[in-house]
Formats: sequence, C-alpha cells, structure tokens
Amino acid sequence: MTAQRLTGAEMVIKALVDQGVDVVFGYPGGAVLPIYDALFQQKELRHILVRHEQGAIHAAEGYARSTGKVGVVLVTSGPGATNCVTGLVDALMDSTPIVCLTGQVPTHLIGNDAFQEADTVGITRPCTKHNYLVKTTDDVARTIHEAFHVARSGRPGPVVVDLPKNVVVAEGTYQAPVAVRHKSYHPQVKGETSRIEQAVDLMAAAKRPLFYVGGGVVNSGPAASQLLTSFARLTGFPVTLTLMGLGAYPASDKQFLGMLGMHGTFEANMAMHGCDVMVCVGARFDDRVTGRLDAFSPGSKKIHIDIDPSSINKNVHVDIPIIGDAAYVIEDMIKIWKARQHRADPAALASWWSTIDGWRKRECLSYVPSRELIKPQFALQRLFERLKGRDDVFVSTEVGQHQMWAAQFLRFDKPNRWLTSGGLGTMGYGLPAAMGAQVAHPKALCIDVAGEASILMNIQEMSTLAQYRLPVKVFILNNRYMGMVRQWQEFFFGGRYSESYMDSLPDFVKLADAFGAVGLRASKPDEVDGLIDEMLRVDRAVIADVMVDPAENCYPMIPAGAAHNEIKLGPDGDGNASPPSDEGMILV
Amino acid sequence: MTLANEGRHTIAVLVDNEPGVLARVIGLFSGRGYNIDSLTVAEVDAERMLSRITVVTRGTPMIIEQIKAQLRRLVPVHRVSDLTVEGPHVERELALIKVAASGDKRVESLRIADIFRARVVDSTTSSFVFEVTGTSEKLGAFINLMRPLGLVDVSRTGVVAISRGPKAI
Repeated sequence: MTAQRLTGAEMVIKALVDQGVDVVFGYPGGAVLPIYDALFQQKELRHILVRHEQGAIHAAEGYARSTGKVGVVLVTSGPGATNCVTGLVDALMDSTPIVCLTGQVPTHLIGNDAFQEADTVGITRPCTKHNYLVKTTDDVARTIHEAFHVARSGRPGPVVVDLPKNVVVAEGTYQAPVAVRHKSYHPQVKGETSRIEQAVDLMAAAKRPLFYVGGGVVNSGPAASQLLTSFARLTGFPVTLTLMGLGAYPASDKQFLGMLGMHGTFEANMAMHGCDVMVCVGARFDDRVTGRLDAFSPGSKKIHIDIDPSSINKNVHVDIPIIGDAAYVIEDMIKIWKARQHRADPAALASWWSTIDGWRKRECLSYVPSRELIKPQFALQRLFERLKGRDDVFVSTEVGQHQMWAAQFLRFDKPNRWLTSGGLGTMGYGLPAAMGAQVAHPKALCIDVAGEASILMNIQEMSTLAQYRLPVKVFILNNRYMGMVRQWQEFFFGGRYSESYMDSLPDFVKLADAFGAVGLRASKPDEVDGLIDEMLRVDRAVIADVMVDPAENCYPMIPAGAAHNEIKLGPDGDGNASPPSDEGMILV
Repeated sequence: MTLANEGRHTIAVLVDNEPGVLARVIGLFSGRGYNIDSLTVAEVDAERMLSRITVVTRGTPMIIEQIKAQLRRLVPVHRVSDLTVEGPHVERELALIKVAASGDKRVESLRIADIFRARVVDSTTSSFVFEVTGTSEKLGAFINLMRPLGLVDVSRTGVVAISRGPKAI
C-alpha cells in the first residue's frame, strides 16, 4: 500500500474511476473549477455538460435506472446545489442510486454568507439517503467511496458529498476503495428463514392469491425479475405491478394483470380488493396504490418483502413482514416451495382466474376511437406496435395524463426499460432522463413520452442532445392543457379550468429546428403512423408534436379517497365521476 | 390531541458523534410529524466517538414502530433501544431552579427543598438556586411548589434513561 499524494480534485476523479464510473453529468462554476480542471486533464471519465443542474440530476437518474449503476452528478455550490434539490428528492422517493458532488465555498468562509454559498448539507439532509461535508483533503476519497456504498446498497438512494474549494485544492493522501464493514450502516439482505417458511405455507393455502410487485424488484437487479417470473409461473398466481415496477414481470405474460392503483386496470384493482393472500414484493403501499386505506384489500392476509424495515407497517398492517433483498428472498421462497412440494389448490385457483377473466372482459383500457381527432391512447398504441419485439427500447415520461397512458399502453417485458417519476411526480423529468439513458445506451432507442406542459420544464436539455448527438425522441401528446390538472378540475371542481390551459405554446416543430433537432407534427389520426415511422427513421433527436384530443380523460380512475372497487371505468361505463367524499377532496 | 392508544416511549439512540447527527434525528421527527416530549444528547464514549440521544416521544404502536425503523435507517445510527418496551429502566432528569424571595417564603422554599432532597448550589441574600434530580414528575411537583414562593427561572436537562440490570444498550 503506497500512499499516493494527490490534490483533492485529483482524488475526486480517481475515486470516481475506482468506483467504475464512466460518465458524469454536470455543470461547472466557481467552487468546482479545480475539479473541472482535473477533469480536463484526464481521459477516463466522460463529462456531459447539461444546460441546467436539474437536467444533470434527472439525467443521472435515467442513467442509473436504465443501467442499475450509480448515476453521478457534479455541480457547483449555492445555486448549482439548490437546483439539484428536486432531483435529489425524486431519487429518494424512487430509490434511485445517485452520488451528487457539490462544490462549496472554502471552509473558512462557510457560514459567512459568501458568494454562491448555501448550506447544502442542511438543505439536502431530508432530501438524501445520507450526505457529507468533507472538511479535510485526506477524507475526500474515503468519503466518496462510502457515498457510493451507501447510494447503491440496501434501499438505494441519493447521496450528496459537499466539497469545499480549499479541500479540493489542497494535497492529501488518496485512499483506494476497500471492503470495510461500515461501523453503523448494515442493510439486511437475507430474509429470516422462519418468516419465509410461514409466507410460503400461507401462499400454498391461498384460494385467491396475488403478487403485488414494485420497483424494489427492479432495483434488486435483473436476477430478481427472473426469479419473480419463475416463482409466479411455478405458483400460477396472478401478478400486478406498480408504476415503478413496470418491467419487473413480462407484460406480455398471461398471468400479468397490468398496473394497479389510481389509473391501474380494473382487473388489477379488483384482484387487489378481492384477494385472500397478497404477496407484496418491493412495493410500499403508497396512497396512489391503496386508495382509501380502511377499505384496502379488506379480506387478505398480507406478506410484505422489503429491504427497508421502515416500509413495513407504515401505511398498511401486514401479517408476515420479511426484511431482505427481493432476489434473495424470492430465491429462498422458490426453494422452500419446491422442497415442501407445494401446489396451489387447483380448483380454487381456476375459480379465481375465471373471476379475473370476467374482470378482464370489461376491457377497461378501451376508448372511443375517432376519425377526426387523435386519441392519445391511439397514438401510444401505434407507437407500441412499432416497438414490439425490440429489446433496445427505453421509455421515459414526464408527469400527468400522458404518463398514465404510457404506463397503460406501452408494455415492457424486461426491467430497467421504463423510466418515470413515480413518488415525487416531477414534471420535467422525462427529457433529461431519456438523455441519461441514451448516454448509457448509445445505440438504443430512447423515447420521452411527454406532455406539452411538462416538456417545457426542462426543454433546455434539447441543446445538450445537440451537443452530444444524442438521438432522443420526444413524443409529445399535445392536448394544450395540463391534462391531469384539467381532468381533476372537470371531475372535482365543476369544470372551472383555473390556469390549466397552456396558452402561447411554442411551435414545437420550429423549436426542434432551433435546437438542431428534427420537428414533426401529426394533427389527424391517419398522420400518426407516418410521424412514428419518420421519428424512428431519422438518426437524430426528434420532437414529435402529436396534436391529441384536448378533452380526453384518463381512465380507469380511482378517485382520491375511494376504494379499489369504486373504480371509474369511463364517462359512459359507470356514469360520470361522482364528487369524492369530503376526505377525498383534501387528498392530492 | 391524544389518541386512545397513544403511549409514551423513552428511546435511547447510540449515534456517531459527528456534525449534523442531531439535526438528522430532529429533522426526522419534525419532517414526519412525530412528537418530541424531551430530548437529551451528550457524548458517552470519546474513544469511539459515540453520543447517546435519549428521546421521549408519544404515538400509537404503529407510529412508535415507524419512529424506531426511521431512526435505524439513518446512516450514523448504531443502536436504537425502546427502553419502555425492552424491560425495566431508570429515568432521571436534573433541574436548576431559581427562587427569589425573602422572609417566610425564603424559609419555606428551603424547607421544601429539603423534602425533595434538592441542594442549594447558589445563594444570595435575595435568591437561591436549587439543584434537584429525579423523575420528570418529581421535578414538576417541586417546580409547582416553588411557584408561589418566588420562582423566577427554570432550567431542565430533559430525561436521561438507562435499562436496569447488567446488559448494555
């Protein structure tokens, strides 16, 4: 072990390289100039210069979610750090591994209201899994290594390392990454065997079982998805996925019921309501999933597998909690299921499936087609037709109606292909996230399914696409409204469309041109196929402006504060959405 | 507002003595809307750089479980021990209490201090500072008795607690 003398800035680069990082998303500024100078003098790390720090962190999220690796961000002090806050919370809510390096004013100026000073560790403390302020150069490398360990292990999340300028200028001793046992942080990955046995026995005795699977399975890695798929097929149980879990189980499989929750399928939500044994893997009983808590799946025994003990019994009481990594626990479950020669009750299971098939016959995702207006669902169906059979497709979304339609109509057979802001619901996430995925997968097809409102929140990243020749396709479902806001105003606020109309929109075709991208537009249903063909044909960034029906609403819908079996299938099906309860009106 | 099944819990938390660790714990309580009735913190092991936080909180059993799980999730947290459920424990608090009085009231304050085994740690011709230790209830009772006798200032440490018997946290 030879001690290596390096400047703090050189240590930052070396530590990142030693952590296997190949790309950093960032934006320079005064406090990080020494790090950018060290970056200039090396060849191992690639830097993607974004146009706004929020773009950097969402790009790192897209990179992380599409690769399973840690996404890395480098920004300056003050506004550089505060512009990252939204992305940090987004990564925290969706358990995305991020290491965000922020510059800081020199240690002797901290607390002096210096130029571009902000209390970054104070501001980001509740926005991160953990954060550090590095006070001496000797601690730079060790802290970055620890930050990567914390970000990627256990329930993944964002970690901030705040680096004062004098600390990165001074010299110190570099510490290589070593496998040290952290003194206090030890996430549990192996599940407790007795609990797993209990869970498997409960499953074997089930009459109306259901797998309810979330993003934890995606985060655990592709092996977890494969194990889950094997286990579901072994048991014959139906599977529903959360928004974050899409891709964790093949959507083309006959045991898949679709997404559940507020805009989930009728069959998935009815199965959640009616099941007698619920096997929750890596999901967290979020309010968008449970609906009214006191009416949530009233007759079921619940098994909850989660790596984060604080997710257990947070919203919903569960009968068998199992703390551990999804892949390890499912592997053990399969072993025990086989060893005990379990077999689900065939008659009960057949009857359960026939009930489910009855729900499926409602065809809850159907919509009224139009010859005149492009229905957003139609546009996505046509897009999906062209993506079928391709393995190299990554889809990100912004937030709103288009996001829910994309979740319903674009179906994923593999994990890590679907990039969306689930927990925080961040408009402006999709374009930079698709950009990050494209950086990670240069040959792949990366599409941002967007709304015309969301896309304007980080539209500046079109310029980054141009600089690095990233052929991201922005597929805008343009309804001239903040569609989900408009939908809630129609249903719950007497059609008073307060500030939800998108006036004075830019001409997206000209905007694409201004950014050096290709602009396309479709205004009639018969133009959609041609637009999609052209979008996929050109080897450049594209903004496809699809002018859709502005009045279309997203169904099915469980109104806030309602139970799963109070799901609305559409304006014609079950009558118009009735006003929600008083409790429902105060829910978001 | 107190819910029917709300209970008072005394939780001991062993943490790394590093900058920001107290802010992490307090921020967790305020950010998630948990109660803090009392909170004390001090270094307990200089060699291993460990501090011990004692927090008294209230909540339903589900909330208390959440509080403990959330505390354990913090990276610099080594141990979380719910003394209220993990067996018998001792709780103590210390208070410094200033009484400014003359004549009969001054004499009466000394007499009551004697009953409570409070010590006089400062004295002027017109005031006393009493040091009193005990449970929070005992301190409350002492303070209430001093109120009509010229109580002018109170400083309390908050609860510290430790389990009975040979086992460490």
